[in-house]
Amino acid sequence: MYSEKVMDHFNNPRNVGELDNPSGVGTVGNAKCGDIMRMYLDIDEKGVIRDVKFKTFGCGAAVATSSMATELVKGKTVEEALTVTNKAVMEALDGLPPVKVHCSLLAEEAIHAALWDYAQKNNLVIEGLKEPVEDISEIEEEEEY
Amino acid sequence: MDRLIYLDNAATTKVKREVMDAMLPYFSENYGNPSAIYTFAGQGKKAVDLAREQAAGLIGAKPEEIYFTAGGSESDNWALKAAAEAYKEKGKHIITSKIEHHALLHTCEYLEKQGFEITYLDVDSEGKISGEKLKAAIRPDTILISIMMANNEIGTIEDVAEIGKIAREVGVPFHTDAVQSYGHIPIDVEEMNIDMLSASGHKFYGPKGVGILYIKKGIKIRSFIHGGTQERNRRAGTLNVPGIVGFGKAAELAGNSMEKDVEKITALRDHLIQRVLSEIPYSRLNGHKTDRLPGNASFCFRFIEGESMLILLDQLGVCASSGSACTSGSLDPSHVLLALGLPHEIAHGSLRLTLSEETKMEEIDFVADELKKIIGRLRDMSPLYEDFLKKKSSGAFCDRLEGYYVQ
Repeated sequence: MYSEKVMDHFNNPRNVGELDNPSGVGTVGNAKCGDIMRMYLDIDEKGVIRDVKFKTFGCGAAVATSSMATELVKGKTVEEALTVTNKAVMEALDGLPPVKVHCSLLAEEAIHAALWDYAQKNNLVIEGLKEPVEDISEIEEEEEY
Repeated sequence: MDRLIYLDNAATTKVKREVMDAMLPYFSENYGNPSAIYTFAGQGKKAVDLAREQAAGLIGAKPEEIYFTAGGSESDNWALKAAAEAYKEKGKHIITSKIEHHALLHTCEYLEKQGFEITYLDVDSEGKISGEKLKAAIRPDTILISIMMANNEIGTIEDVAEIGKIAREVGVPFHTDAVQSYGHIPIDVEEMNIDMLSASGHKFYGPKGVGILYIKKGIKIRSFIHGGTQERNRRAGTLNVPGIVGFGKAAELAGNSMEKDVEKITALRDHLIQRVLSEIPYSRLNGHKTDRLPGNASFCFRFIEGESMLILLDQLGVCASSGSACTSGSLDPSHVLLALGLPHEIAHGSLRLTLSEETKMEEIDFVADELKKIIGRLRDMSPLYEDFLKKKSSGAFCDRLEGYYVQ
């Protein structure tokens, strides 16, 4: 069902983990739907992404798209990272099954959410970057069962 | 990879050698149509008669109360749709449960569109249907009660005899989907007051594509598949002789070894459950602790998602299943797990391992060992686990999900 590249990134995910004192962190998705991605960015003074880490709760495709997204933005400038779309992530993985396309969208949103956090912390305006819809980890706590 | 540890026996089972041997002559040797007059067809007819006796014998039914179908889904469809049709003058209300198989639930949805009213009974946190709630749901216009005997996902065995008694007292026909239990646990249609029962061959070491609907004498439901006069005019279509022979043989073998198999498989299952719950933190058993199918072990593991577990198990040659959204093809996890009252994020981390009479202790121990590693690895990758550890170490933190993992 998955391409070899998806399986490779699922089995050997690149850049898994956390960063201490990240320049920006973004969390997207929600536990109710079964996918959560968190992206940590370390950005230098010239606006280049020096390091990137991720953590993901989700299916094989969710893990693989997060892993690929980190590879695609590492070493890039903030502006270049903004151009990494879900389509780019999917193409780099040699495609995803139709039911898993939303995972690649989540990966794109995770990059954007982390960049937004970086911009907020540094009082920057990044052209073309919109505020992420919501930080899901907050919502989760408000839910009652 | 050579290793294969098959723990998805609730999905389907391996056909037993003896079953296949019994079937083989009916493909190319005794291939005559059993409805024909000539002597050559006689062997097939005899074989079908024997299979009908074997299928009936396992559940205390009479051979003429057994109707062969193409499987469990057809049997469920037949029982519901034909009963609705037959009794619609009396009323349009049917009672079932929230944890039924889709063969039943989707048939109910279809009947709702035809103007029938369906009550879906809740279950408790272990998947049990309460007799009191059933009694309260019965109305003067109730025409059918359909409650499964044992659940395919969580393994809970319902108190079918009690349900049958309630149905009999009010004179409402009672159908049970016994697809997971037929051939695995003792069933007696007389003692349990069952009026109709669905079963499927491939769930108990028989072939795929053949099932039965038991219809108690006196239950007036009509044909569902129209055509020839097969099956006493109630189910048309040339008989699937090899399949029917296989079903019968599998039923006979199941009857012979049931006591021994139940004991053996239950011991393996309990060993698996005990290891998982004691060695993997934040794991829970779904379903009833003791009233459960001998081969069913259903778990939820916190902070992780089911499909990831299945892929990693598959790479080790282990076949398992999950009720997570990703494996169901929708955004929602399994309706059965949600009916137990589990929050979505817990239900997403489900894993079902179903054993067979061939399962070995070494296999169970291997899976338990590997599962520990797999879950550790996925939790290390999980932002939910990261948040949980941080909150826990910060002290003041009320864990709203903890109760679901208390054993």
